[in-house]
Amino acid sequence: MWQPSAKREALLARQTLNQTIRQFFAERDVLEVETPYLSQAAVCDPNIEPMQTNDVRYLHTSPEYAMKRLLCAGMGDIFEIARVFRRGEAGRRHNPEFSMLEWYRVGWDHQQLMLEVADITLAMLAPRYPSLPVVKLTYADAMQTYAKLDVRQASDEEVARAGIGLAGQDLDLNRDGWLDVIMSHAVEPTLPANTLVFIEDFPASQAALAKVSADDSGWPVARRFELYFNGAELANGYHELTDAAEQRRRFSAEAQGRPVDENLLAALAHGMPECAGVAMGLDRLLMMVLGTDNIADVLAFDWSRA
Amino acid sequence: MLENEPCSIIENEYVKPGKGQAFNRVKLRNLRNGRVLEKTFKSGDSLEGADVMEYDMEYLYSDGEFWHFMATDGSFEQHGASEEALGDTIKWLKEQEVYVVTLFNGAVLTVAPPNFVELEVVETDPGLKGDTANGGNKPATLTTGAVVKVPLFINIGDKLRVDTRSGEYVSRA
Repeated sequence: MWQPSAKREALLARQTLNQTIRQFFAERDVLEVETPYLSQAAVCDPNIEPMQTNDVRYLHTSPEYAMKRLLCAGMGDIFEIARVFRRGEAGRRHNPEFSMLEWYRVGWDHQQLMLEVADITLAMLAPRYPSLPVVKLTYADAMQTYAKLDVRQASDEEVARAGIGLAGQDLDLNRDGWLDVIMSHAVEPTLPANTLVFIEDFPASQAALAKVSADDSGWPVARRFELYFNGAELANGYHELTDAAEQRRRFSAEAQGRPVDENLLAALAHGMPECAGVAMGLDRLLMMVLGTDNIADVLAFDWSRA
Repeated sequence: MLENEPCSIIENEYVKPGKGQAFNRVKLRNLRNGRVLEKTFKSGDSLEGADVMEYDMEYLYSDGEFWHFMATDGSFEQHGASEEALGDTIKWLKEQEVYVVTLFNGAVLTVAPPNFVELEVVETDPGLKGDTANGGNKPATLTTGAVVKVPLFINIGDKLRVDTRSGEYVSRA
């Protein structure tokens, strides 16, 4: 097991990818930053579990909180290429330690950011896919088209029934849990192939730190998007919530006993500029560039060899 | 163990949608009937392990209700298999032949035959002299009751080598 899990070709593709990213943002005057990997506070997301060190610091699960503090301090447009850590996330497309590209655009909304995400993704995938179609769907339309579910109208029971059918058993989940089952089992695998697919306007209950507002039909949606390509999720972006009181409320609702990042809350109270932000999984992108379905192929040493 | 049935995991895929709940999509084979099923679990959920062991055992005899096997590892341990546990293997049972017996909680779950067994023909149409090579076959019933297609030259009393996986005649033994 001393040997690498990636071939030299994959290491070279990573170097090319990093160069593409740095050049892309240099041309757009977006500042590259480095933030701490080890933090006194942990992530609040209930579905992400951080790793903890002996001296009670947490390895970050994304550079989001530190980058938002930079935004509050007036640093302007910023990007970071960071190694991030998530306990238990191991599988064919997951490694508990992985590379993330995250960036923020001050004064933009998620619609503008989606255009830029498409541009940089096309640049990153260009070595394998010289051109690709880009489509945009709302969450409700994607559910309707690929899972025959009307999420605006469906009752919790109807959502659960559809989810149980796909899971093969009752997993005792709430509405959002069952929607995740439907999304991952029925929608993701059947999205159009060889196409950058943006899904936007998630249910308000899945807002995390995105703004919430009503869509054209009056249904409350999170101003959030995800980018899918050939069945894999590549990026997750937000029109960022800037209301400090609302942020504190969402944080404490989801903290689950972990220490809330008071530095972040203080920064948000000081004021975060209107902005849009997105995180991208670079290892997944490399998998697409190299045409492999195993994340180990793009890592010098995967989790089992690390 | 899934719904009180012992299963083996064939595939286990970790799925995590965006900021959502993590799942494992698991493909399992039911060890009792061989059926493959797909189930999704919440990540971190655990299933009870199945106490399943495989042994090489020699077939001894049947008392009409159970078919008795004895371990070949020198322990002389004996186990009786029900007709349900035997399944199709009943067609290939021969005394002193060694079978793979899977025990689950100490009871016989399945019995797998060796890939090839040699069995005698007890019933078939008379053999045709000289026709050794080309064309034609006929059914032959073996001592176990299994019916296999054999070449026309095979006679009652001939011993045949049969592939238990396909149920096909291989050669005269």
